[in-house]
Amino acid sequence: MRFGPDEPLMMDAGIALAPWQIAYQTYGTLNADKSNAVLICHALTGDQHVANDNPVTGKPGWWLTMVGPGRPVDTDRFFVICANVIGGCMGTTGPASINPATGQPYALDFPVVTIPDMVRAQAALIDRLGIEKLFCVVGGSMGGMQVLQWAAAYPDRVFAALPIATAARHSAQNIAFHEVGRQAVMADPEWRGGRYLNEGTRPSKGLAVARMGAHITYLSEVALHRKFGRNFQDRAAPTFSFDADFQIESYLRYQGIAFVERFDANSYLYVTRAMDYFDIAAEHGGSLAKAFKGTPTRFCVISFTSDWLFPTSDSRAIVHALNAAAASVAFVEVESDKGHDAFLLEEPEMFAAARGFIDAAARARGIA
Amino acid sequence: MSLPGTLPLTDMASGHRLDFLLVADMVEPGSRVLDVGCGDGALLSLLRDRRGVDGRGIEISREGVNACLAKGLPVIQGDADTDLADYPDDAFDYVILSQTIQATRQPKVVLEHLLRIGRRAIVSFPNFGHWRVRVDLGLRGRMPMTENLPYSWYDTPNIHFCTIRDFVELCREVGAGMEKAVALNAGGQPMRVTLPWWVWNLFGEQGVFLLKRR
Repeated sequence: MRFGPDEPLMMDAGIALAPWQIAYQTYGTLNADKSNAVLICHALTGDQHVANDNPVTGKPGWWLTMVGPGRPVDTDRFFVICANVIGGCMGTTGPASINPATGQPYALDFPVVTIPDMVRAQAALIDRLGIEKLFCVVGGSMGGMQVLQWAAAYPDRVFAALPIATAARHSAQNIAFHEVGRQAVMADPEWRGGRYLNEGTRPSKGLAVARMGAHITYLSEVALHRKFGRNFQDRAAPTFSFDADFQIESYLRYQGIAFVERFDANSYLYVTRAMDYFDIAAEHGGSLAKAFKGTPTRFCVISFTSDWLFPTSDSRAIVHALNAAAASVAFVEVESDKGHDAFLLEEPEMFAAARGFIDAAARARGIA
Repeated sequence: MSLPGTLPLTDMASGHRLDFLLVADMVEPGSRVLDVGCGDGALLSLLRDRRGVDGRGIEISREGVNACLAKGLPVIQGDADTDLADYPDDAFDYVILSQTIQATRQPKVVLEHLLRIGRRAIVSFPNFGHWRVRVDLGLRGRMPMTENLPYSWYDTPNIHFCTIRDFVELCREVGAGMEKAVALNAGGQPMRVTLPWWVWNLFGEQGVFLLKRR
């Protein structure tokens, strides 16, 4: 979806971005009164291909367990929309897009992106699709941040909100991890001050290291131990070198290499930055409850026991604020040893909770 | 859920538990209600459907929370002993603690929270002063195990039993005014109000109290 020079995206950085475009996928059919639209918000390195094969990687959609025919977000009943975030690299305008002023890629001239910017861009898309009110907004991790932002910024346009494994503000620890990742990218000489596209280089090593570090934070010690333990990779004994002797090393190297094939390094800087800046309460006098005061939206918050990146305490803080705001809120902490990644994996308890919440909300919305 | 310590007696006509119907009668229509230890949401959905209340719940078990979600009830997975402190003052018209107080670690603190969060509190509990309990302990010299209290002493979730008289004393201590008090007999029927406290305490299987902060 393209937005011309007369339809700029007003960004928190104080810049009116124009022209701009947003890439999206839809599934299912919009009903006559346009009341069955569900918006899926993707996480840091996700994209709009939530329930179809990814055209870049050829891999299946990233949330087939949650979205599809007969799934909790049932594409037989709902009109499902998923859009690439602003600042991303899968078709929506981002730092790799061409700056009309220079005819060159934006690189670091692209304005710094925030979660509210991402949501504003999605709202413009929803407007264009002629949808007044979303039946449900669903997302995990950074997607969950967008869900909360949607509910805070457009309470009358969100009937139900399902934020999963997320927080209303990014923690100091998480900002720290992101900074390590960004520094790894910037330390790669091929990054060239962000102008690698102009100069025909790629900061692949830096981005791969950033991904390796981040990937550890998505797992849990238990999950790592179960999957890899201290097992050697294709060898019986240590080589007394810095080869990838251990399976976990080999796995992380693979994750890093696979990631740089599909992701733009500058997008990684921008999107991680957006998460760092996220703090809903700060925009409401330090009170998260104020952000949701009088909200008509019904919420269901889900966390995972072994998620140490977005721990249950973050979810509880959201729940307490919603309670204080007299909002309708449900909360489930799912028992899982898979860490933050659990929200993307086979977690029957999460599906049961999501299905119960969405089905009951659909009945209340008259679209059951 | 299967409530700790009680055998749910149901109304033949409606299929609803008798103690739930009694609690529902104490709640003004259209009010805001928090059910602490709401189980599978049976009482909350009764209150929503019959009294038009805006109901919320806290439930410790994931199965219970999921059952509530499927009924469209906004229920939070949590623990009465630790999570009530996070609720603001006067957030609800009624806070209900149904068959749960005896399973809390700090019944007095929980009761104080109920009276702070709600303008009124409704508490129901199994009466440990019932004659059969007394017979078990007094004559047989064994911890009571009845239909109503089916757990052994070593695996019971009920760690703070009280009698109707004990509870009345606790209400006095925390400064709770008693707007209504009902004892249910073995058949789940309310006992006559004119009966003296000692009769209630001996023959009442459950106590149900409507309390108000003084």
